[in-house]
Amino acid sequence: MNPGLLISTAFGSVGANKLRAGLTLLGIVIGVSSVIAMMAVGRGAQISVTSRISELGTDLITVSPGAQALRFAFFGGGGNSDVLSLEDALSLKDDVFAPDVRLVAPENSFSGSAVVGSESTFVNGVGITAEYLEARNLSIASGRNITNADVENIALVAVLGSEVSETLFGQRNPVGATLKISSREFTVVGVLDSQEGTIFNPDNSILVPINTAHYRLNNGTGLFNSISLGSINVLASSEDTVDDARTDVSTVLRLRHELAADEDDDFLITTQQDTIETLEGTQGTFVILLGSIAGISLLVGGIGVMNIMLVSVTERTREIGIRRAVGAKRRDILFQFVAEAILMTFAGGILGVLAGWAIAYFGNGATVDGDIIETVIETHIAIIALGVSVAVGLFFGIYPAVRAASLNPIEALRHE
Amino acid sequence: MTSGTPTPVIELTNVSREFQLGTHSVRALDGISLTIQLGEMVAIIGPSGSGKSTLMNTLGCLDQPSSGVFVLNGQNVSDLSDNQLAETRSHQLGFVFQSYNLLPRETALSNVELPLKYSGGIKGKDRRAAARAALDRVGLSERYDHRPMQMSGGEQQRVAIARALVRNPELILADEPTGNLDSKSSAEVIEMLRSLNEDDGKTIVVVTHDPEVAEAAKRIIAFRDGQIVEDRPIDHPTDSVTDETNENAE
Ligand SMILES: Nc1ncnc2c1ncn2[C@@H]1O[C@H](COP(=O)(O)OP(=O)(O)OP(=O)(O)O)[C@@H](O)[C@H]1O
Ligand SMILES: [Mg+2]
Repeated sequence: MNPGLLISTAFGSVGANKLRAGLTLLGIVIGVSSVIAMMAVGRGAQISVTSRISELGTDLITVSPGAQALRFAFFGGGGNSDVLSLEDALSLKDDVFAPDVRLVAPENSFSGSAVVGSESTFVNGVGITAEYLEARNLSIASGRNITNADVENIALVAVLGSEVSETLFGQRNPVGATLKISSREFTVVGVLDSQEGTIFNPDNSILVPINTAHYRLNNGTGLFNSISLGSINVLASSEDTVDDARTDVSTVLRLRHELAADEDDDFLITTQQDTIETLEGTQGTFVILLGSIAGISLLVGGIGVMNIMLVSVTERTREIGIRRAVGAKRRDILFQFVAEAILMTFAGGILGVLAGWAIAYFGNGATVDGDIIETVIETHIAIIALGVSVAVGLFFGIYPAVRAASLNPIEALRHE
Repeated sequence: MTSGTPTPVIELTNVSREFQLGTHSVRALDGISLTIQLGEMVAIIGPSGSGKSTLMNTLGCLDQPSSGVFVLNGQNVSDLSDNQLAETRSHQLGFVFQSYNLLPRETALSNVELPLKYSGGIKGKDRRAAARAALDRVGLSERYDHRPMQMSGGEQQRVAIARALVRNPELILADEPTGNLDSKSSAEVIEMLRSLNEDDGKTIVVVTHDPEVAEAAKRIIAFRDGQIVEDRPIDHPTDSVTDETNENAE
């Protein structure tokens, strides 16, 4: 039988039992559409994370203390050994040893409750120098930045994240007002622009001079230069010199820490590219996980197709006998049943792609638990999903078709 | 009547067919030797279980003998592959079943077209033209688009005959074609087969319990217990006898 006839015969047979075909199709539609939708969500998350990191500027390098500090030290700024000091940071400003470093912004962290009158909120704060805002691409909405004079004076001044400001002061402009952090009174000198939607959101944070954080809030002691740091933010002179700057930082710190050639770094340097790659790797796993879960439903759909095809072969035994008696070869019967299975899964695949596409399209921008879901639809995923649904038809259709083709014509004809 | 040197269409030599049923075996055909020439019309009769259908299935290349030789149109059938058997079924013979065996969802026309679909290389237009011609030949010009359910038993059996004819084979095999029909429909079918033999020169082998069908044939072969117990020609001396038979059938 030629392919055209095969297809029209398959349409006839599948169309003869529309409800059954429809229900069988539904399994495939659900499988394929969930693959498409899941992948769109996964890819959307991946891309948005990447772009949010990129907003910080790809020339940012973060140095955190501790050899085995987590790669995500970046988030909390925490290694576990106190090996980065303010002096380390200052030494990176050296034009000779670190020519590709443009800006150095050390930071440490503190936490505590911030209180204004009866309002209070728990904050994770950052102790900074004046360079911090530029390093982190932040800007002041009103008031001023923390100056290096504030740092030297161990001034009790604070710059508030927009959310903290709103929680404590409502719609009032807090600049000039006072608040208590861990029972010490601070003067608010500025408020940050909201950075909602970025990955390192400072909105819920309070910035104070780095010395103040150390001596006043963390009850630190010691000399000014020996203040231990959570991390050092370094900007390369340009995006193209990130790797050079990284080398500079490493060289300087290894010298300062007197590490022998065979000793590992006791600090961790993370570029934005590293972070993006790590996160993309994590997200990639996530996408694969989502995809596999969806793939399982496609598999279940395929089993449904096989089930129906087996029923169909049994029901149509006599038809098979008739076809064989008038000249159908075994392979004609084989192809006929495979074609029917593929027709169902292919049709299911097309509907599934359309449905998945629609879900991804209308789901884009929806919020779940306060998170905005972004979806990215990729054509190649749709094409792969279609291909897979055809393969599912072939795979699950072949066994029933082989059973049909191997029937003995006389016995098939005698079947009631 | 065909004249000249006879051409054998069917040659059976010592053909047996055994079925294994658990521990014991049934000999449905027991050493049959038989030759049927081109243009013959042969009726096969015999009691139930005597092996008539088994013989027809063998002749129709649907079943293979356990032993012995079956030569169809000069070709030893046991040498054929499964695919070649399928081709032989569609090219060299047409089979008519007691229970019509039409595809219930398909129209008369597409049922008749079916063997052509498996022949390959025939255009849809030509297939349909051939199917119409075959339906016209059996007098069903008005029934092209009817489905089996919408036709009488006799009409369905004529559709089945048209399907057997559509590839224009020399040999038509019919296993109790009137077994499910009332006497009027039977008469139509018998007349159809007789005419295909007389007018179109088809070789016809028909299994029947119906004496009228046997009467229409030119040769009767009687079966019992898988063996041929009688094989004799029937004389149809004059047309008047035929007319008389037809009148009796009314
Ligand atoms: N597939 C089979 N398996 C086992 N035995 C079979 C099979 N086919 C036929 N037989 C046996 O072979 C014998 C001949 O059967 P066959 O169908 O040829 O008889 P028949 O002459 O056509 O009878 P009827 O007039 O009832 O149609 C019977 O005993 C039957 O039981
Ligand atoms: Mg029989």
